[in-house]
Amino acid sequence: MRRLLDDSAHLVRPALVLLAALAIFLAVRSAIIPKAFGQYGHYRPGALDLVRNHPIAFAGQDTCVMCHDEQATARAAGKHAHVACEACHGPLAQHADDPSAHVPKLPDVADLCRRCHEKDAAKPAGFPQVATAEHSGGMACNSCHQPHNPHL
Amino acid sequence: MDISRRDIFKVGGKLLVLASVGATLEQITGAEPATDAYRMADHWWGMIIDIDKCIGCGNCVRACSHENQVPQGYFRTWVERYQIEEGKPPRVESPKGAIDGFPPLARTDLKSFFVPKLCNHCVDSPCVQVCPVGATFVSPDGVVLVDKNYCLGCRYCVQACPYGCRYLHPETQTVDKCTLCYHRLAKGLTTACCENCPTGARLLVDFKNPKDPVHEILRTHKVQVLKPYMATGAKVYYENLDGEVR
Amino acid sequence: MVPGVDGFMYPNEFELQWSVLIVLYPYITGLVAGAFILASLERVFNVDAVRPTYRLALLTALAFLLVAPLPLQLHLGHPERSFEMYLTPHTSSAMAMFGFVYLWYLTVVLLLEIWLEYRVEIVEMAQSSKGIKRLIYSALTLGSFNISPAARRVDEKVGYAVTVIGIPSAFLLHGYVGFIFGSVKANPWWSTPLMPVVFLFSAMVSGIAAVMVLYAVCMKLRRTPIDMRCLDTIARYLFYTFVIDFTLEMLDLIHRTYESDESFRSLDFMVHTRLWGSHVILQIFLGTLVPLVLLAVNQLWKYSEGARKAMYMTAGGLTLVGIFAMRWNVVIGGQLFSKSFLGYTTYKMDLVSREGLMPAILLMLLPFAIFLVLVKLLPPWQGGKAHEA
Repeated sequence: MRRLLDDSAHLVRPALVLLAALAIFLAVRSAIIPKAFGQYGHYRPGALDLVRNHPIAFAGQDTCVMCHDEQATARAAGKHAHVACEACHGPLAQHADDPSAHVPKLPDVADLCRRCHEKDAAKPAGFPQVATAEHSGGMACNSCHQPHNPHL
Repeated sequence: MDISRRDIFKVGGKLLVLASVGATLEQITGAEPATDAYRMADHWWGMIIDIDKCIGCGNCVRACSHENQVPQGYFRTWVERYQIEEGKPPRVESPKGAIDGFPPLARTDLKSFFVPKLCNHCVDSPCVQVCPVGATFVSPDGVVLVDKNYCLGCRYCVQACPYGCRYLHPETQTVDKCTLCYHRLAKGLTTACCENCPTGARLLVDFKNPKDPVHEILRTHKVQVLKPYMATGAKVYYENLDGEVR
Repeated sequence: MVPGVDGFMYPNEFELQWSVLIVLYPYITGLVAGAFILASLERVFNVDAVRPTYRLALLTALAFLLVAPLPLQLHLGHPERSFEMYLTPHTSSAMAMFGFVYLWYLTVVLLLEIWLEYRVEIVEMAQSSKGIKRLIYSALTLGSFNISPAARRVDEKVGYAVTVIGIPSAFLLHGYVGFIFGSVKANPWWSTPLMPVVFLFSAMVSGIAAVMVLYAVCMKLRRTPIDMRCLDTIARYLFYTFVIDFTLEMLDLIHRTYESDESFRSLDFMVHTRLWGSHVILQIFLGTLVPLVLLAVNQLWKYSEGARKAMYMTAGGLTLVGIFAMRWNVVIGGQLFSKSFLGYTTYKMDLVSREGLMPAILLMLLPFAIFLVLVKLLPPWQGGKAHEA
């Protein structure tokens, strides 16, 4: 038995090397593993805040109507009632935060109206669409249609 | 009439009490209302998309791109246009994800329609399943998110997503995708794409809200998810979706 | 129209995510697993004829294993975060087991087995050499100089046990890669329960072929006669393994064609167009059928030594190319078609970028450089002294 132990003593060495490596690994792991990992699931809970803290670009129409009730009333009476303000006017959260500092530029009417209302066979049949070149003969859409309440 | 000192004290005292009560009330009610802390456990987010309402304007793609600084050439959401000729495989296109809308259709006699697509925020998400480190996950309120400070950029999740909604962000070199505008949800706002859809084709829904219109829609309309046989538990439901849509 | 894209692909699918480096990784671990299985043929299954290649196979496995993580690191968007797999491995992800299986296999199987096999020579060199060599060998002894016959018998028994554990470990090291692909339900080119098995058998084929070719080349360079009994036996085992591998791949093909599900039309078109060269010509014809014929005829008829050597080397070389093509067809092929089944893209392989052709070539050459160092340090030419009777 003692002889066997003597002759296998060298096996202890690689075992010790492995155990030492394992111990170092476990120590390092507990030091650098992200805190609270696994609180909600297999991820860092800090990730939720990381995503939530992204800045907002679109204020949302509820914010616009707080100040611009004239346009809101006009819009509510017409076919564009459910078209958000920023759908045409672009992202305006910065303007909502500081109206005088960020003055929004009015969009180019022709491109804007055409995006939705240019005739396309794939659009639902009941949706108002025209072949704009023929329809207006080159005139700007807002020479006849008021964008907030476009129905004539 | 003679105003006595007593009168002044009586009126002044009342005014003082009124003022202090008023000031206190102002403190309580006139000040910023305490924001209802957003509780994740109260929400379970999804989306309803009505194909019959989509006009392919691309507003959603542009809005998403502005709201989330989506890198050019990559898409968190996009719109496809289908043209279906009887007996042939469908012809599908999505020029630059429809960020500039679509060119007019040459043929007007075929069945054609638009299909907006985005991350389906699957409950049994195959992308979350394969992430080796836990950098992508389903949040407690049902949104599939990526932890860009933890992601290795191995792209296994991109391979595992059946819907093609993930990509490697060229600058952060981490995987990126639709977050259902998670940063807006917590503030009571809807997603950028739903906000800017002019026809209401896209609608953010909260399954845990008993007053949400989703319950009535699911009860009375025919809906389906993309690739149902994958059993991913997708939470983006499509109304009026043609069987040819892939 | 996007250049290189035909038909319709989801907009995020145009670019391939997994490059030639991800083709290289299973190829390399396949060579490791295959070389180890060949070594175990002698150690566990007592196929004495292949003993001349026992140590060679172990060193080949080690040389390739050391290089294996490199293509993965180069591919990651954030290689500096790769340690996260050790911190928070996601148990539902097959990929998460990479770090652990790799370290297990490297330390407890390969390094331990090599140490036990070479201990006698290491101790002898530590005692007889001078200078820096003495330092290196002394370190390798781990402080024990006991090479008595009794100690050697202990080494033999433990080495046997390590090899026995090593076989399923080698299967795991390479099989999990097959599972990484085979379990992706989103990709019909990858998703099949056969994938881990096909990967494994093609790994064994490539590993055996690699050792066979390496053995012949080394003997040629050292101007030493090749042990033909050894070479014939290796070729025979290569043949058997190849037959199984070919059967499995044909089973997959026949099954797909027969069932003809929705993906079939798209995949079939892809194989006939974009993958024609790499799949039909390189993998099936040149990489499988030709080597199979060359090996089969040697099982049926006896040829001269010169003819046999030529046939084995040709078969071995073609096999190595063919198995690389197989990895290419799986990884790259799986990303060339759209998951909508309505379109195809092209793989634009850069030359000098992080995931380009040049790094791939360098990574394939590196194991040979390491092999040369290992062969100098631990010569495999004498038969194993540890487990000689």
